[in-house]
Amino acid sequence: MKQQSFEQQHEHTWREIEQLLDKPKAAENSARCAECYMLLSQHLALSKQRLYDAALIERLNKLVMRLYRELYRYRSESRFNLYAFFRRDFPLSLYHHRYFIAVALLVFILPGVVAGLWIFFDEYAIYSVLDNDSVRQVEQMYDPAASKLGRERESETDILMFGFYIQNNISVAFRCFAAGLLAGVGTLLVLFSNGLHIGSVAGHLTRLDYVDTFYPFVVTHGAFELTAIVFSGAAGLKLGYAILNPGYLSRLSALRQTGRDAIPMLYGIVLMLIIAAFIEAFWSSSTSLPINVKYTVGGICWTLVLLYCFSGRRYGSR
Amino acid sequence: MLDTSYRVEIPGGIELEAQVVGPVPRFLAFFIDFCIRGVLLIVAGIASIPFGELGFGFWFIIWFLIEWFYPVLFEVFRRGQTPGKKALGISVVNDDLTPVSFGTSLVRNLLRTADFLPFFYLAGLITMVSNSRFQRLGDLAAGTLVISVRETAKPADVSNITPLAPPTTLLRTEQTALVDFLHRSQHLSKPRQQELAKILDDITHSESANRVEQLHRIGAWFLGVR
Repeated sequence: MKQQSFEQQHEHTWREIEQLLDKPKAAENSARCAECYMLLSQHLALSKQRLYDAALIERLNKLVMRLYRELYRYRSESRFNLYAFFRRDFPLSLYHHRYFIAVALLVFILPGVVAGLWIFFDEYAIYSVLDNDSVRQVEQMYDPAASKLGRERESETDILMFGFYIQNNISVAFRCFAAGLLAGVGTLLVLFSNGLHIGSVAGHLTRLDYVDTFYPFVVTHGAFELTAIVFSGAAGLKLGYAILNPGYLSRLSALRQTGRDAIPMLYGIVLMLIIAAFIEAFWSSSTSLPINVKYTVGGICWTLVLLYCFSGRRYGSR
Repeated sequence: MLDTSYRVEIPGGIELEAQVVGPVPRFLAFFIDFCIRGVLLIVAGIASIPFGELGFGFWFIIWFLIEWFYPVLFEVFRRGQTPGKKALGISVVNDDLTPVSFGTSLVRNLLRTADFLPFFYLAGLITMVSNSRFQRLGDLAAGTLVISVRETAKPADVSNITPLAPPTTLLRTEQTALVDFLHRSQHLSKPRQQELAKILDDITHSESANRVEQLHRIGAWFLGVR
């Protein structure tokens, strides 16, 4: 069959399909889409086999691709199941990342503990980690005389700090994850420096005996924030490890596989950090709450978070 | 061979072909998006001033969303296209040419940070030009690529061409080449058309004036014009 007769025969159908696809809700007509997809696949195959010209093949190729994309479209309608995510997907993902979580935890905690102890016993050691201004700032923040506690707390408005914590903390977590692509080195650096910073501040404030302001402040949101940072580190380390030791996969496939594996981790980290920011802005900063209440609630949060994090073990055999 | 064609076999045994897009259009799209994001941030900032610190709290959240989720939301809900990509006629798809999902788009866009290193997307550029599909690091990890979805040119109008039977028997591929020449002539300069047509002088036995026209007529004949 000559190309022109072929075109004349089917032009009407192609027009109709183009019109169908131009409508924004084409996907709703999925039965028709599937039908058209089969028909046009056949037309495309025929045109290629009969060596029709490039313009026609390109047109059909494009139509089939649009139909294909319509059919295999991301089904945002089949909504994200929050319950299943919390109950199964996130803990399972944590379980799969368990060795990386262990490494990330060590890299995060060790420098913190070492620096903390050193600074606690040596009055001037803090200045080898932080500069003068930062030290003064930290001291001001947790001064028992202050009316509001916390990082960069010049304002009295909790919502401002909520926004700030969300922007700042989640960005840190995201960068910590992304830095893993540099064979994991970037993530190690981020974890190390954050651990070092937090440990030093804790050591310094303990030495100054600001215990009653600092620890009640950090204990509750720390349960979510510190764990989330370690988790983002773990996801980043796994990414780096996939490049260093891809196992029986090619480096590229290993990287892709790990990228897919990281998705539930990222969702979980974002949710945890939003909870942390909420607590940090609206609960931790309050000076009117008794210290014992803060410690109790903090303790409960830590227990629940840790219990939750280990709940993925039940899926271990999968 | 330098070739931007990317082929993938889809269900039904059909091979689809797409054109992957290189660094330059992608940078331009990024630049447009960058400007839009900047304007959005400034507008949100101005709008938040009357609300004082409450407003700034929300501004931080908006900043966070624009910084990390601007591309993700557009890629998922606008068929792989941020406004910048739409302006350039390019689109993000999975490497099996299906639309990207929220998770893959998130991975792809978070890893932008790694692509940015050590400064101004150098890592991303190096990765992009060292693989045949122009994927940056984020694309490699998410299994996505950027393809062209530009409108294709309309084929030439052949209704007023008188078809001419070919002087000799031609292979199918040669016949296709002549039809392609007919369609593509509208994008070629006159001297270039002459130059190409001249190659076939042995077959067409035409004098210089009408050799292009003659090839067009043969092309039309193969197209099925009678």
